[in-house]
Amino acid sequence: MSHPPPTLTAEQALIAALVPPGARVLDLGCGNGALLAHLQQARQCTGYGVEIDDANLLACARRGVNVVQLNLEDGLALFDDRSFDVVLQLQTLQHLRNTEKMLRETARVGRIGIVSFPNFAHWPNRWSVVQGRMPVTRALPYQWYDTPNIRVGTLADFEVLARRNGLNILDSFGLQAGRTVRRWPNLMASVAVFKFERN
Amino acid sequence: MASIGHVTPQTLHFAAPLALRSGASLAGYALVFETYGTLNGARSNAVLVCHALNASHHVAGTYAGQAHSEGWWDNLIGPGKPLDTDRFFVIGVNNLGSCFGSTGPTHINPDPAKEGQPWGADFPVVTVEDWVDAQARLLDALGIAKLAAVLGGSLGGMQALSWTLRHPDRVGECIAVATAPNLSAQNIAFNEVARRAIITDPDFHGGHFYAHGVLPKRGLRVARMIGHITYLSDDSMEQKFGRELRAAELGYSTQDIEFQIESYLRHQGDKFSEYFDANTYLLITRALDYFDPAAPFGGDLSAAFAAARGKRFLIISFTTDWRFSPARSRELVKALVDNRIDVSYAEIAAPHGHDAFLLDDARYHGVLRATFERIATALAP
Repeated sequence: MSHPPPTLTAEQALIAALVPPGARVLDLGCGNGALLAHLQQARQCTGYGVEIDDANLLACARRGVNVVQLNLEDGLALFDDRSFDVVLQLQTLQHLRNTEKMLRETARVGRIGIVSFPNFAHWPNRWSVVQGRMPVTRALPYQWYDTPNIRVGTLADFEVLARRNGLNILDSFGLQAGRTVRRWPNLMASVAVFKFERN
Repeated sequence: MASIGHVTPQTLHFAAPLALRSGASLAGYALVFETYGTLNGARSNAVLVCHALNASHHVAGTYAGQAHSEGWWDNLIGPGKPLDTDRFFVIGVNNLGSCFGSTGPTHINPDPAKEGQPWGADFPVVTVEDWVDAQARLLDALGIAKLAAVLGGSLGGMQALSWTLRHPDRVGECIAVATAPNLSAQNIAFNEVARRAIITDPDFHGGHFYAHGVLPKRGLRVARMIGHITYLSDDSMEQKFGRELRAAELGYSTQDIEFQIESYLRHQGDKFSEYFDANTYLLITRALDYFDPAAPFGGDLSAAFAAARGKRFLIISFTTDWRFSPARSRELVKALVDNRIDVSYAEIAAPHGHDAFLLDDARYHGVLRATFERIATALAP
C-alpha cells in the first residue's frame, strides 16, 4: 500500500512506543485510525480499531485499517478473552458512562491494556477549581456544561479503580506538552497514561 | 457521475453437469451475464456482483431503446462511481433457477419423458453454494482465476460470503451488505407465507401452470406484498404513507382500497406478478432458507469461517433493517474476528430498512468507495 506515513500526535507517538512490535492490537475509540496505521506500517502490528463516529469510520477505511463500528457502551462481546496482545483505550474512557465496565472489558480481551485520559489533578486544573471555576485547558478544552468528558478523574483515582478491579499496573506516567512526566505526574501532567494487566 | 451507458447481456452454455448440494445434478445449463469495464492485462481487476431475490445480471447501465432500464445497482457501479468501471471489470450474473435468462423453471426440461414441457416445479432445488459454484465456472470461461472482490447485498451477500468459504483461493475481498449468516425463524416464516400464497393459488397447478396457460398471479402478488413490507422500516412506511387515504373520505368498504399504503402494496404486487416466475420465487426463497454455513460445524460460525482466513471482509448493515438486522451482521464480524481475519464493519444509521442497501447514502457509498479505491490501488502495478 502506498499510503503516506500517518501523522501522529505527540501522545500517540509516545504510546505507540509502548506497543511491542508485531503485537495484535485492539484500539478502542481509534478515531481516524492514524495510530493503528502507524502501528501496522512501522511496527508490523495487526488488529482492529473500534469507532462509533461515521466520519472517523470513513477515515479509517481510507487508510485501509480494519475498523468495526460499535458503541463501546454496549461492551466488547465481539471479542474473546485475551484475544489481543494490547488493547488501547486512548482519550476514550472519559466519554463513557460505563467507565468501570469498559475497563474490565479492556482487561478481559487484552493481555495488556493501555489507557490515557485527561488528568484532572494537573495543577492548573487544581488552581482553577481553587479559584472557584471548572478548568478549561488544552487537555480539558470544554465548558462544564457542554463537555463530552462525563468522567473526570486523576492518576491517583485510576490507581484505586484499577486495584478495585484486580488490575496490575505495569507502568504509569503523565504526559505534558508532548513529554513524559514521571516526577509527580498527578500534579505536573495534563494527561494520565496507564499500562496494566489482569492479575 | 456518468452512467455506463448501453449494456448488452451475454449468454454462455455449460455442457458439464453441475453437481448440486441436494445430490441432484443439472446436466447442461446456460448463464446470462453482463460485464462492465475492461479486464486488465493481469486479469486481476474483476469484481463479481451477486444479486438478491428478485434482481438479475442487469446490475448497471441501460438497455438501448428501453426507458427506465437502469440496472438495479446503477447508483453504485459505473465510471467514477464507488465501484468504478474505469478501474474494475465488473460482472453481474443471473443465478440458476431465475426467470431472467439463466436456466430456470421456465425453460424446457431436457428429460425426454417430459416431452418438451418447461421444468416448472421439477427444476432442481438450488442453493447459495450451487450458485457460487456455477459462478465459478463462469469465471473459468472468462479466464479469471481470482476475483479482486465479490460483492452482494441480502441474498447476494450470502453468495459473497459463500465465495470465501467454497473458493477462498479465487477471491481477494468479500463485501457483504445487509446480510446474515442464516435466516432466523421469523425470516423463514415470512418466506413460508409467501410460498403458501403462491402454492395455494388455484392457478399454480403444482408448479406446472405453464401447461395450463395460466399464471398464479394472485399468489405472486401476495408474496410480493408481504416481502415488500419486510424490506421497509416502520418509520419509512409511516413517513411515506402514514394513514393517508386514497379518496377524500372513508368509503366504509372492507374490500376496496382505503389507505394509500394498500394502493402502494397492491401496485407493487401487480407489477411483480407481471414479470416474476412463481417457481423461481419458491426456489429463491428456499435458497435463502437453506443458507447456513455454520450448520456443518454444529452451528459454530467461527469454525465455518476458518476457511476464509487470509481474505479481507467489509460487512455493512443498516440500523433500521429488521429483516437482516445489524445484530446478524455482528455475528459475522465476530466469526471473522475469532479467526483473526481482516474485517471492517459499518453500521449505517439509515431510515429505509432493508432496502437501504440499494439506495445512495453518502456514508454507505463513502465506505464502499474507500474500500474499492484501496483495492484498486493495491492492484495497480
